[in-house]
Amino acid sequence: MKTFKGRIVAPGTVTAEALVSRGGLNTLASFQKALQFGDKKATCGDQNNPDLYGQEMVGKALCLPMTIGSTTGGLVLYCACAMKRQPACMLFSEPIDSLAAAGVILADVWLNDVKMPVVDSLGSEFLEYVKTGMSITVNEDGSVSVE
Amino acid sequence: MEYKMILTDEQKAILDGSKGEVMAKVMESVVRYGELFGAQRLVKVTSKYNHLVTSFGLKMMTPVFDLMQQLIDAGVVSGQQFSVDPRPLDKNVPANFLQKFIFNNFMYSKQDFYENQLKSLGLMSDDAFTCTCYMEEMGNKPSKGDVLSWAESSAVVYANSVLGARCNRNSGIIDIMGSIAGFVPEFGLLTDEGRKASFIVEIKTTKKPEAQLLGSAIGMHVMEAVPYVKGLDKWLGNELDDAACTYLKDFGAATASNGAVGLYHIDGLTPEAKELGEKLIKEDAQVYVIDDAELKRVYDNYPVIWKNKDAAPKLCFMGCPHMSLEQLKSWTDRVETALKEAGNKKVIIPTVFTAAPKVLEEFNKTDCAQRLKATGVITSYICPLMYMNNPLCAKMPVITSSNKLRTYTTARYYTDDEILMQITKGGKK
Repeated sequence: MKTFKGRIVAPGTVTAEALVSRGGLNTLASFQKALQFGDKKATCGDQNNPDLYGQEMVGKALCLPMTIGSTTGGLVLYCACAMKRQPACMLFSEPIDSLAAAGVILADVWLNDVKMPVVDSLGSEFLEYVKTGMSITVNEDGSVSVE
Repeated sequence: MEYKMILTDEQKAILDGSKGEVMAKVMESVVRYGELFGAQRLVKVTSKYNHLVTSFGLKMMTPVFDLMQQLIDAGVVSGQQFSVDPRPLDKNVPANFLQKFIFNNFMYSKQDFYENQLKSLGLMSDDAFTCTCYMEEMGNKPSKGDVLSWAESSAVVYANSVLGARCNRNSGIIDIMGSIAGFVPEFGLLTDEGRKASFIVEIKTTKKPEAQLLGSAIGMHVMEAVPYVKGLDKWLGNELDDAACTYLKDFGAATASNGAVGLYHIDGLTPEAKELGEKLIKEDAQVYVIDDAELKRVYDNYPVIWKNKDAAPKLCFMGCPHMSLEQLKSWTDRVETALKEAGNKKVIIPTVFTAAPKVLEEFNKTDCAQRLKATGVITSYICPLMYMNNPLCAKMPVITSSNKLRTYTTARYYTDDEILMQITKGGKK
């Protein structure tokens, strides 16, 4: 087991299975199809992301460097949270980007019952170490245990 | 909640509910957003108008409409009127029966409802739908130094770079939150330091580089950094005339979509580069040289994600971002001339040129409008990206010279000259 320390963007604790995107997550491309066509498991629809394409994102510990793509990204993430199709947590190796930050904050401020802990700045070593399928625990102090 | 940011007494009071619960949440959204990026304070939004990125009544966006309704019901609307990105539907754009049925009854079933919400929230006018709100004809052109709360990436990069306004690459919804609060957090591209370049791009091509290809190369290389581009004024001149602004519109959109560029400086041309020159370059800036071979490498590496790579194109979109009046006129000449050369009267592939409603209004006053119509090219105010963003259209072989459309959809990119050849001569030289 290895533990990484990051910055808390949205507080909370959770244990979930890791789903790792080595490249940036295109939020619109990843969630649009699932949100539009009622896929409750939020199967990733981004054909340009070989790590995630076709994988279910709901309930997973989504590990990624950053989000990329359209500036609608934040509101798409907000919609995913409102429709209960969000990952269990989002873990960024880099400092969070402005699009993901907007989505996370809007969900935290405007939605009452959404729990999606978000930690950023976990470092490149975190993304090198974690593999899809590993077990991840997000702790209250922003530390992330991977085993 | 404790904040590190220095807030005025008025801002603190709003956070504590002096203007109601909904306004407190608006302020909390803006403040927490800024805190994540180390903003020390909020600064006033100074532009006359705002611009929103969300123009589409997609059913999946119901949570956004619910949020907008909370704002409307609480009377929490912006002091600024706003323009908004293009509409996703236009009956003039070719679509088959199934596509029309799905667009109108399923995907965009909330379009009318959402447009009514936009009116309640302060939409400038019924035709204020475009991604190029900064066009003279649209009347939402910020001044140098204006602080904005925009989110449309192609408009943000244009406003920062060509107009010298100040705006971060915000997400949708944060754009309206900043406008309602009247303040945005001061970080990134709002600061002098954040506007300095960490990349020097040296243009060493033997001919004027294709705007959308050059922007793509730079975007993919520098990602979210600020590039200082040298050698482009050789091709564009030293004045921001219509031709230069049109070039930079397309160039910027490609830098913003193929990477995440929010600001670029063009040596000897854009306002801050003219004013401050190389003082805008950070000491440790990296150098990226672009020559003909580099542009070819970038072009050759674009994936073609059509199922049948040799399929005949069924549709051509030009105008993502929306075309300028200058572009519509010059393309009218180009299409006419190329058709004559090929001995054809009308374009071979159904072709749509998109532009802002008020740009199209001006275009329609010129003789070019009838001439373009005679070539078979359709003009529209639609958002090509929204048209393409669904499984039905994604299967269609669509061609474009927009690198933004290529990036976000299955559309295949060709240079302007190649597009002209495809639509007038069927790809034959």
